[in-house]
Amino acid sequence: MAFNSRFNLRGAWSIYQRELMRAMRTAFQSILSPVLTTSLYFIVFGTVIGARMEPVDGVPYGAFIIPGLLMLTLLGETTSNSSFGIYMPRFTGTIYELLSAPVGVAETLIGFVGAAATKGLILAAIILGTATFFVDYQIAHPIYAIGFIMLVTASFSLFGFILGIWADSFEKLGIIPLLFLTPLTFLGGTFYSIDELPEPWNTIALVNPIAFLVSGLRWTFYGTSDVSIWVSLGLTLGFLALCTGVIAFIFKTGWRLRE
Amino acid sequence: MAGVSETILKLEGLTKVYSGPSGGVKALDGVDLEIRKGEIFALLGPNGAGKTTLIGAVCGLVRPSAGTITAFGHDLSRNWRAARARIGLVPQELSTDMFETVERAVAYSRGLFGHPPDKARIAEILQSLSLYEKRSSQIRELSGGMKRRVLIAKALAHEPELLFLDEPTAGVDVELRKGMWEQIAALRERGTTIILTTHYIEEAELMADRVGIIRGGHILMVDDKDAMMKRMGTTEAVIALTKPLTQLPGEIAKFPVTLSEDGTELCYRGGDGSGSGSEAVADLTKALIAAGVDYRGIDVHESSLEDIFVDLLSQEEGA
Repeated sequence: MAFNSRFNLRGAWSIYQRELMRAMRTAFQSILSPVLTTSLYFIVFGTVIGARMEPVDGVPYGAFIIPGLLMLTLLGETTSNSSFGIYMPRFTGTIYELLSAPVGVAETLIGFVGAAATKGLILAAIILGTATFFVDYQIAHPIYAIGFIMLVTASFSLFGFILGIWADSFEKLGIIPLLFLTPLTFLGGTFYSIDELPEPWNTIALVNPIAFLVSGLRWTFYGTSDVSIWVSLGLTLGFLALCTGVIAFIFKTGWRLRE
Repeated sequence: MAGVSETILKLEGLTKVYSGPSGGVKALDGVDLEIRKGEIFALLGPNGAGKTTLIGAVCGLVRPSAGTITAFGHDLSRNWRAARARIGLVPQELSTDMFETVERAVAYSRGLFGHPPDKARIAEILQSLSLYEKRSSQIRELSGGMKRRVLIAKALAHEPELLFLDEPTAGVDVELRKGMWEQIAALRERGTTIILTTHYIEEAELMADRVGIIRGGHILMVDDKDAMMKRMGTTEAVIALTKPLTQLPGEIAKFPVTLSEDGTELCYRGGDGSGSGSEAVADLTKALIAAGVDYRGIDVHESSLEDIFVDLLSQEEGA
């Protein structure tokens, strides 16, 4: 037997490599386009408008919005990459190869989700590097920042995977990132501190789960946050576990994968 | 055929019901089937008979509603990894990543099935399918026939022992189809067991060792092709008479013949597909000459697998 009967490492690696190569093939769309968009945010909100704004929690406004903008890009891109990665084989019919191969849920997730998460990390590194051209900032807890970014990219890659299996049209594929993730991220404290909102908006804002992610990432950057880092961390881990459970269920039942 | 005896795939009571708005549709209904190592098995049936569903159930694309599938001694519902690693599939549709190069697409398939990279092996596969020159081309740049060969190359990348070919020559021109027949024959020579579905029954007649006929999710018949031809085949001969007959002479009437309404044609239908019918026709012509009945032409037709297939389906429809 060419592989361990319980886990097909080469199978997982093949999916991972291919998905990354797909991203390289579409580098403009996958990497350059989000970096350009985020750079424009830095220029407009960070440099031009930010120069006239008061610091928030002692952090210059241009630097304050970096974690939120990073989160905005990461959520959108990792979800889209992962959903597209599994939706396209379903759409074109090439999923037959994956389903007929000796790969299970673990290999598939490592391949598709791992690649989407890797792309997210590469994107985060490029965006943070680009940000240095426009805004002065420092990361207070770099290890936590890397860990939190990895956790978020993994969670939303899993979420995107579910989305890619659920969607039966390109329109549905775009609905969640465009109609939910982007607005929720904007309203989740990307450009302002939720603490500054008057009641009842402050409480309402905390119903938005994305607010906890933005707040958590902001803590790793500047040591200040709207909610406890541990709440943010716990919520993200809970979301990761939920998505993993849903995907395990999908593979067990074959929902939208096997006829 | 030497070495054809060991059962490597066994289906027992395989059933698949697709749920739909107007109730369930039974695509497979208690199918029992055994495939022997090293054979080419042709699965024939009209559209919607259940051929692709059967293949899908074995290859993991379709979840069976009931029944068991055992491949290489492994129950597919439990030890599916070990079984799937030895099975290859060439689907009916031309489904592949059109932006990928031929070589990378085949290498991906090899890795997906747990095999280490092997450029030499992939080159060998591509050469055997006349694709080596196109190894660096994107698949979208290839012709339809070449794309189908890419699918075969991908299916062969992990060196499967059991290969499913679902309509491998659909939409392929005559010349290329013959080339594919040669490739399939070469695979069998290397010991690969092949299960083939096709609409071209001549293809099955030419290549298959055994034939299964499926309709409405039921296997109607499974037999060695030669035995089936012998058992169900017939010889039909139409003898054009020089002068019309009003009735059959006594020596002629003992043959299984009928006289046309205008008495100008004598139709023989008999034999068993083993060539005995032709011998009987020769005896019939001698008997006609002996009886003083002259004829101006004979048209002899041995039944093909297609005739048997059509007859069998017609009988089932009438039953």
